[in-house]
Amino acid sequence: MAEKKIKIIVAKPGLDGHDRGAKLLSRIFAEAGMEVVYTGLRQTPEMIVEAALQEDADVVGLSSLSGVHNHFFPKVVELLKEKKLDDVLVVGGGIIPLEDIPELKKAGVAELFGPGTPTPQIVDFIKGNVRS
Amino acid sequence: MIDKKELEQVKKGTENWEKGTLGKVLSKRGERKEVFTSISGIPIERLYTPEDVKDLDYGKELSFPGEYPYTRGVQPTMYRGRFWTMRQYAGFGSAKDTNARYRYLLEQGQTGLSVAFHLPTQAGYDSDHPLSMGEVGKVGAAIDSIEDMRVLFDQIPLDKVTTSMTINAPATVLLAMYLSIAEEQGVPFDKIGGTIQNDVLKEIICRGQYIYPPKPTMRLTTDLITYCQKNVPRWNSISVSGYHIRESGSTAAQEMAFTIADGIAYVEACINAGMDVDSFAPRLSFFFNVFSNVCEEVAKFRAARRYWAKVMKERFGAKDPRSMMMRYHVQTGGVTLTYQQPLNNIVRVGLQTYAAVVGGTQSLHTDSYDEALCLPTEGAVTVALRTQQIVAEESGACLTVDPFAGSYYVEALTDEIEAEIDEYIKKIDEMGGTLVAIDEGYIQKEIQNSSYIFQKEIESGDRAYVGVNKYIMEEPPATGLLKVDMALGDIEAKKLKKLRAERDNAAWQKALDNLREVSKSEENVMPAVIEAVKAKATVGEVCDVWREVFGEYRPKEFV
Repeated sequence: MAEKKIKIIVAKPGLDGHDRGAKLLSRIFAEAGMEVVYTGLRQTPEMIVEAALQEDADVVGLSSLSGVHNHFFPKVVELLKEKKLDDVLVVGGGIIPLEDIPELKKAGVAELFGPGTPTPQIVDFIKGNVRS
Repeated sequence: MIDKKELEQVKKGTENWEKGTLGKVLSKRGERKEVFTSISGIPIERLYTPEDVKDLDYGKELSFPGEYPYTRGVQPTMYRGRFWTMRQYAGFGSAKDTNARYRYLLEQGQTGLSVAFHLPTQAGYDSDHPLSMGEVGKVGAAIDSIEDMRVLFDQIPLDKVTTSMTINAPATVLLAMYLSIAEEQGVPFDKIGGTIQNDVLKEIICRGQYIYPPKPTMRLTTDLITYCQKNVPRWNSISVSGYHIRESGSTAAQEMAFTIADGIAYVEACINAGMDVDSFAPRLSFFFNVFSNVCEEVAKFRAARRYWAKVMKERFGAKDPRSMMMRYHVQTGGVTLTYQQPLNNIVRVGLQTYAAVVGGTQSLHTDSYDEALCLPTEGAVTVALRTQQIVAEESGACLTVDPFAGSYYVEALTDEIEAEIDEYIKKIDEMGGTLVAIDEGYIQKEIQNSSYIFQKEIESGDRAYVGVNKYIMEEPPATGLLKVDMALGDIEAKKLKKLRAERDNAAWQKALDNLREVSKSEENVMPAVIEAVKAKATVGEVCDVWREVFGEYRPKEFV
């Protein structure tokens, strides 16, 4: 039997319109054999978590380049917990200053990928840490 | 450019060189790569000779600066007359914070202002809207009402500076506020100069700050253009932008092609709105990116100027030479800056500045080296401005007009990029025009494809990126980054509450009702918008009227 595909929601929280990375990664994830749902722009944490619930997603990938990660990323993790989706892997990327990373990880974001991260590194991380 | 006999000699000479001098070296040692390509993927030959420009008709394709088709520049003296406008895009925090940065920049010798609005303003929401959470003052100034606008330009005389505003879907609202402040300062509209971006198509293509569906949003665009043509004669009423197209991953030729396609759509919309082409086209302006590959960028600018001139003359029958001139602002490539070894970015910006100047820009923003990390700090902004001043004063780029003209390489590349632009425009025409091409996702997919190819080249190491995939080193985390206070959201929300409580709400209601009626009719919305902002209607409130009348746009995603 074929292995179940990893399902990932790629989401753009807030009003940020920079979606080059989100779109590029959506394609890379699909090529790596994952099932990808890209939400488009202007998502609230509630919308993202609803999408994760509806799609029965294994992973939520958040992308932000406008500096709202400290507000939005922990909120998504929190709402996932409320919906009993604790085992959904949450990763993030974009312009995330290194000094913000410890706090985000403490809040439950599994990993953060800054500019210039080779995409295979992101794929490997997801495959290595997603729920089995 | 060259007579037949001479060309024969060059041809023969090239053959001899290939067999002789070159052949000997190649037989001992090959070149670093099989194929060399520009950053946009254009294959680049080992050597360019007169043969590569043998068909170039000087009078027709190059001509003289300030003359059709403007390949060599839009003014006859270019930077021997005066330098370009040094205009740093800036804005963060409150109107007061940003006002302080503007006054600092003007003291440092900057010659024009460029307003960055925070995302809520750009998306037509007030600072206290739920979607504004966490965004207030982050990537630009928080401007909700005419009161914020007044603080933003405090002690800045609007008849002495020119101002550029990066605002699109709500452009009419912010222009209305600016005009009202000018009026308060006692500056007549014909003394105000500046540019408003007002380019909604590229928001839909790639930048994401859209609000309304294409048709009604284009109506707001043309209303603004018409209003300025009649009332604010020195105002550039649109800045058709390729900058963000390039940032999203396009090649240099695609940047120019898709921007020109958008430009064609706006010209058609204005003509359809009943305007004569020469009545508005002189006030159309453009906005482009610039990367570090100097010759390709120079060729790109020259090709686009030439192509646009032909479009205006041949396709739209423009008669006024000013309608055919592509005038533009350039910003160095934000996406080329690296998070790794950020000081290297100063060199990238230096090369890009040089390319923009040799390419003939009218105005320039240089990125700060710390922009891949955070909003630029004051020290980094100063280096960026000094970079422009060094290129202006020390590099020699401003001694003569169009200094790279006649280079076999640059002329051949100019032709090649123009041919690629032409191919795209023809294809888009065949599809039924720019709006159809956007609706079908054609333009978006072309850009995404280029972005994907570039990423693969970086990851395979085929294309070197210093500090990213080559010459990597361990570094300590960056410190001293600019942070915007998270409490600003609450402060702005309180300000809005006070404004709503204290304004004359009957006058406010009347102004918004009037705006609603005008928006449903075919009348120009600008006077009603001016009336509304003067009655202290906020950006979000005005935009909500149109959300009700026009509906909201939800794009199809083409991933």
